[in-house]
Amino acid sequence: MSTTIDDEVTPETRPKPTKRQRRAANIADAASGGVKMLLLKLLLLGIVDAIAVYGVVILASAGQWLVAAIVAVVTVIVNWIYFSRRKLPAKYLAPGVIFLVIFQVFVLVYTGYIAFTNYGTGHNGSKEQAVSSLMASSLERVEDSPTYPVTVVDQGGTLGLLVTDPDGEASVGTNEQPLDEVDAEMEGGKAVAIDGWNTLSFADVIARTDEITELAVPFSDDPNDGALRTPDGSSAYLYLSNLEYDEAAGTMTNLDTGTVYSDLGTGAFTSDQGEELLPGWQIVVGFDNFVRAVTDERLAGPLIYVTLWTFAFALISVASTFFLGLFLAIVFNDMRMRGRKYYRVLMILPYAIPSFLSALVWAGMMNESFGFINQVLLGGASVPWLTDPVLAKVSVLIVNLWLGFPYMFLVCTGALQSIPDELQEAATVDGAKPWAVFRLIKLPLLLVSVAPLLIASFAFNFNNFNVIYMLTDGGPRDSNAPIPVGFTDILISMVYKVAFTGQTRDYGLASAYSIIIFIIVAVISVIAFRRTKSLEELN
Amino acid sequence: MSAQQPVPGTPTGLVVGEIDEFADASTRASTSVGGSAPRTPMPRKPFQFGRWFRATGWRHIVGVVMVLFSLFPIVFVISSALNPQGTLTGSNALFSKIGIDSFVRILTDPKVPFLTWFGNTLMIAGITAVATVFLGALAAYSFSRMRFTGRRFGLISIVVVQMFPQLLAVVAIFLLMSAIGDWFPAIGLNTHVGLIMVYLGGALGVNTYLMYGFFNTVPASIDEAAKLDGAGHARIFFTIILRLVAPILSVVALLSFIASVNEFVVASVLLIDTEQQTLAVGLTKLVSNPRYADWSAFSAGAVIAALPVVALFLFLQKYIVGGLTAGAVK
Repeated sequence: MSTTIDDEVTPETRPKPTKRQRRAANIADAASGGVKMLLLKLLLLGIVDAIAVYGVVILASAGQWLVAAIVAVVTVIVNWIYFSRRKLPAKYLAPGVIFLVIFQVFVLVYTGYIAFTNYGTGHNGSKEQAVSSLMASSLERVEDSPTYPVTVVDQGGTLGLLVTDPDGEASVGTNEQPLDEVDAEMEGGKAVAIDGWNTLSFADVIARTDEITELAVPFSDDPNDGALRTPDGSSAYLYLSNLEYDEAAGTMTNLDTGTVYSDLGTGAFTSDQGEELLPGWQIVVGFDNFVRAVTDERLAGPLIYVTLWTFAFALISVASTFFLGLFLAIVFNDMRMRGRKYYRVLMILPYAIPSFLSALVWAGMMNESFGFINQVLLGGASVPWLTDPVLAKVSVLIVNLWLGFPYMFLVCTGALQSIPDELQEAATVDGAKPWAVFRLIKLPLLLVSVAPLLIASFAFNFNNFNVIYMLTDGGPRDSNAPIPVGFTDILISMVYKVAFTGQTRDYGLASAYSIIIFIIVAVISVIAFRRTKSLEELN
Repeated sequence: MSAQQPVPGTPTGLVVGEIDEFADASTRASTSVGGSAPRTPMPRKPFQFGRWFRATGWRHIVGVVMVLFSLFPIVFVISSALNPQGTLTGSNALFSKIGIDSFVRILTDPKVPFLTWFGNTLMIAGITAVATVFLGALAAYSFSRMRFTGRRFGLISIVVVQMFPQLLAVVAIFLLMSAIGDWFPAIGLNTHVGLIMVYLGGALGVNTYLMYGFFNTVPASIDEAAKLDGAGHARIFFTIILRLVAPILSVVALLSFIASVNEFVVASVLLIDTEQQTLAVGLTKLVSNPRYADWSAFSAGAVIAALPVVALFLFLQKYIVGGLTAGAVK
C-alpha cells in the first residue's frame, strides 16, 4: 500500500519532499477546497466554539473550574487542529477520539475510582448534604411554635412555601432554598402570590398533598434553626431537629437520648456503640470493596459461582454455537442438495430478530405454569425451566444456542467455501478418507480463519447481558446473598443488579465487580492475542 | 428431467415439498440449485432410496429439524400476536383465533406509549448509526491513507478498546451523565442526546477496524489521480472514497443500528421517564411478569418492532455476511 497524502511524517516509499514542495502541496490543497468549503468549516467550528464558550461560562459559574479549564483547553486544541495547515490525520481522528476518550476511556478510569469509594445508597453526596438531610429527616414540631400562614407555590415542578411571618413580612423557600424575603401580593394580611411562581389552587393542593406534607423549608442557612412544615397547605409550624450538629467538633448529638455520633472516617456519623446515622457521605475507602467482595462469606460465595458460571456460559455458548454452525455448514455445503438457499434464509432468521425480543419471547414460552413448551410441547408438564437453579442454566444455554448458531453457520459457510477445492481433490487422490480430509485438512484451515471470531464471540458472550437479564433476570434468586444475585447471573448482570436494582444501590461494590471483569477480560485478551498474533498483522 | 416439478413458493410449502417428493428426488439431486450453477452430468442409474438418502436425503432431515427449531418461537409469537385474547395461556393454541385486536391494543393503550418508544428507538438508533459510520469512516480514512506517528498505536488501541465494552462502565456512565445533567440538563440524564453521545463513545471500535480493512482494498492510485487533478484531501474523502466504500458503510450502519436497538443496559439506566425510553427498555418492563402481562399485546409489539430490523437484515444479508467475515476470512 503506498502513501497518498504525506503529512508530518516521512512517507515510507518516497524521498522526503523539500520544504518548497510541501508548501506548494499545501497551497494546492487549500486552493482546491473552494470558498464554500472554507465557509462551511468556519461555520461548524463557530458552532462548536459557541457551544464550548457557553459550557465554560456555565461550568465556571457553578464553580467547576477544573472541568471548565478542560473544556476550554480541548476547544483550543480543536481549533488549532482545524486551522493548522498540518495535522491532517488529527483532523480526521479528532471527532471520534473525543467521544472515545470521554465515554469509553474516561468512564472506565472513573469506574476504577468509584470502586475505591463507598458511593451508593446512603453515601450519595458530600458531608454538608448529609448533615442537612439528617437534620431535615429528624424534624419534630416545636410545641409552642407560632402559626405561619402559608401559600403553596410551584416553580417548574419544584414546590415552595410562600410564608407570611407574624410581622407581616413575606418570604419564600423550598426544600433546598432556605426562606428568603420577597415582595409578594398580599390579601388579608397573607401573602398569596409572587412573581415567577404559580400559586397552587385548592384542588392542586389536594392532589399533591403527599408532596406538600413532605416539604420542609429550612428557616435559615444554619440547619440548627429548624424548618417550616405544613400539614394542610395553609398554615405552617416551626419544626426543630432533635439532632444538633456541632461543626467545630464534627459531631451530631441526639437531643432526646444524648447520644453523640462522631465522624470516625467511615463516611457516616457513628456512635460509640457503632450505630450509624444514615445518610452518610462519600469517602474513599481504599480496597474495602474488593476486600469485602472476596472475604465476606455471603459475598464471596456468589462472586465465585457467578464467575465460574460466566466462564462456563461463555465457553459452552461459543462451543455449542460453533459446532452446530460448523455441522450445519458442512451439511449444507453440498452442491447436490436442493433448496439450500431456503433452508439458509429460514435458519438465519433467529439472528435477524433483535435479541432482546427473542429472549423475552423465550421467557414467555418457558414459563413454568403457562408457557408454550410445558403446556403444548410437553403436554401439560410443569418443568421449572426458569426457576430451577440447574435447569435455568440449561435453558439459558439453549436460548443462547438458538440466538447464536446462525452467526456461526454463516461464518463457517464462508470459511469452508474459501478453502480451495484442489486441496480436497489432492487429498482424495492420495487416498484420504472423507473424515481424514476434514479433520486433517479442512478443520485446521477453517480454524485459522475462524479463531479470531471465536475469541470475539467469547468476549461478547462473557458480557452477554441481554439474554441473561431478559430470560431469567439472573434468577432464581439466591436468598442467602445480601445483594440481589441469582444462580444464572453472569458478572455483568450482577454489576447491573448491585448498582441499579434492589433496595440499596451499591455503586462502589458494583464498580469493584466491574474492575474484576476488566482484569479477567484483559488477561484473556493478552493471552488470546499472543496466541493468534493478530496484532502483528497490523501494518 | 421431465419429472421435475416447480418448487412451491412459500417456505412451509418448500419444507413439506421436500419431505413429500421423495419419489422424484433422484432426478432433483442431479440438477443443481437454482439452475445457475454448473450442472454435473450424472450417469442415469435406477433410483435407490438408500443411495439418495446417504447423499442428500439426511441433509434434508437435518434441515427440516433445524428449521423447526429456528422457527417455532417465531411462529409462536406471530400466532399470539394475532390472538385477540390477552393471556399467555390463551396464546398456546396456535392460530386458534385470528384478529388484530392485540395490535390495536398495543398501539392505543394510553399506559403503554408503544409508538413513542418505537419512534425513540428509530431516532436514537438511526442517528447513532449515521454518526458512527461518519466518525468511523473519518478515522479509517486517516489510518488507511496517512502515515503518522502513533498510527500503529491508534490501530492497536482500537482493537484493545473493543475488548472492554461500555456496559462495564455503566455505573460511571450513569454518574457522569447525572453530573452533566446538573449543569446542562439538555444533554444529561434522561435525554436522547446524552444517550446518543454515550453510544458514540463506542464509534471507534470494531466498526472502524472493518472499515479500515475495506478502505485498504481501494487502490491508492485513485487518490493519487484525483490529487494530481487538484482535489484536496477533503474532496477526495467525501466525493471519491466514501462512494467507493459504500457497501461497508451500509454494513457498519446496519450493525450499529441493530446494536443500538438491542442495547438495554445503558438505555435503561439513562432514560428514566417512560416517554423517553426505547423499545428494549419499555417492552422488557412491560412483560417483567409474563403471568399478568398482556402477552398478545406484547407479541404484537414485538412483531412490529422486529419487522423493520428483519427486513433490513434480509435485504442486506449478502453484505452483512461479507462484513462479518471480513475481519477473519480472506
